[in-house]
Amino acid sequence: MAIHLIRDLDALHRNVLTMCARVEELIDSAVDALHRRDYEKAEEIPAQDDEIDRMDVQIEEECLKLLALHQPVAVDLRRITTVMKISGELERVADLGVNISERALSIIRCGEVHVPDDFREMSHLALSMLHRSIDSYVDMDVKLARDVCQTDDRVDNLNREIIHDLILRMQRQPQLIELHMHLFSVCRQIERVADHATNIAEDVVYLVEGEIIRHRNRLETGSA
Amino acid sequence: MNLIPPQAGFAQATTMPQPLQPPVAGQTHSSTSTATVSDHKQQKLKIETRHMNFFYGSHQALFDINLKIPERAVTALIGPSGCGKSTYLRALNRMNDIIEGTRHTGDVLLDSQDIYAPRIDVVALRKRVGMVFQKSTPFPKSIFENVAYGMRIAGIRNRSFVQETVERCLQQAALWNEVKDRLKDSAMALSGGQQQRLCIARALATNPEVLLMDEPASALDPASTARIEDLIIELKQNYTIVIVTHNMQQAARISEWTAFFCQGRLVEVGLTKQLFFKPREKETEDYITGRFG
Repeated sequence: MAIHLIRDLDALHRNVLTMCARVEELIDSAVDALHRRDYEKAEEIPAQDDEIDRMDVQIEEECLKLLALHQPVAVDLRRITTVMKISGELERVADLGVNISERALSIIRCGEVHVPDDFREMSHLALSMLHRSIDSYVDMDVKLARDVCQTDDRVDNLNREIIHDLILRMQRQPQLIELHMHLFSVCRQIERVADHATNIAEDVVYLVEGEIIRHRNRLETGSA
Repeated sequence: MNLIPPQAGFAQATTMPQPLQPPVAGQTHSSTSTATVSDHKQQKLKIETRHMNFFYGSHQALFDINLKIPERAVTALIGPSGCGKSTYLRALNRMNDIIEGTRHTGDVLLDSQDIYAPRIDVVALRKRVGMVFQKSTPFPKSIFENVAYGMRIAGIRNRSFVQETVERCLQQAALWNEVKDRLKDSAMALSGGQQQRLCIARALATNPEVLLMDEPASALDPASTARIEDLIIELKQNYTIVIVTHNMQQAARISEWTAFFCQGRLVEVGLTKQLFFKPREKETEDYITGRFG
């Protein structure tokens, strides 16, 4: 039985790694299309998302099959439940990528707009978080996973600053409200990418240490 | 109840409350195998073995077993075949005594009383510590007589008491509704699952404090297994249950505590949910995930 379980877990792992790579490609392309104002590139994004949706369903089916047939425990159980969650997080990151690409198309159609300086830094940071959260999963690296979690605060701060800046611009330039609203939306999407990267990193900590660290700070503060 | 004779009648569950320290695994094998549990402080200790070694002639089957078993809880003993878990289980009501050439060292305590002390009445001990075996072993008698048998042997003649006890035990064993209209039928006509529940009812009839179960559902189909498991979960409210099982999922479903034995040593003991989610010892993880050996 163990040989079958290990073989199926290996296959599952390979599929998750493929999904990770596809999602990273998609979100990188979406953000790149926005920054470079590449209309064609942005248009290609939704088709990539379809493939990721199929992968998400396939991975969930594989996980359910493993749970039903092998009734795994300990690290195997943690691995499968973590994969189910990570797959869901990645699928939502891909959806965010599609949203970003749609906003990018709108922004390109609207004309030139000055992108806030912090915007590139924030998107770079969020994509780096996603990349490192996936690395932490691949390498079972808890230290890296915890680093990712801590980086989220920086993205949140940048998000607040950019939104504040966009509001000021909308007040100063009411004729550009539509453009700035698109940017505002993209900013929120990228901030959500960082949130999903954080969730993945938290799942990695659970996978390795068996400890659920999600919501811990808030819950501990709330119960104090 | 004192185990020192003369004793008559049935043992009533009298406990000697003691603060429960978490179960402690054999230190000889793994110095880190100590359960660290804070939410079980309220539970009382029922059975304890200290530095227990067990021998079949010159062959040592158990090595320095230090294990504390809490009262009114299910403790599962798991491990590969030949690891000593059944030997350990049988030592708790001296069933090993019937095997020639066996001996032990160390202490086996029931309510702090050494059950291997020289003046211990083994029959009285086995009334307090009942046993259910892997294969159901109904007597070739009626359903009623199977459950009443222990009382007959003990010389109880009060018919209404016997009838009430048989009904109570069959109800506790979740068998009453299925057999109440055919109590005089042969027990041998019952299904495998019913026979095993009858054996549990028979064990309950002596009013034990502890039930030892050696793979009680291993020969049963999933539906009968589920009934036995439900029954065990019900029984733990009144009894201390120690169960040997090869079925990992069964141990995970029904027990609060799990002890992992390997090659005669107690490798790890802890709360079941911890042991099955994040065991401390790699040996435990290898076994429960099927990577053993």
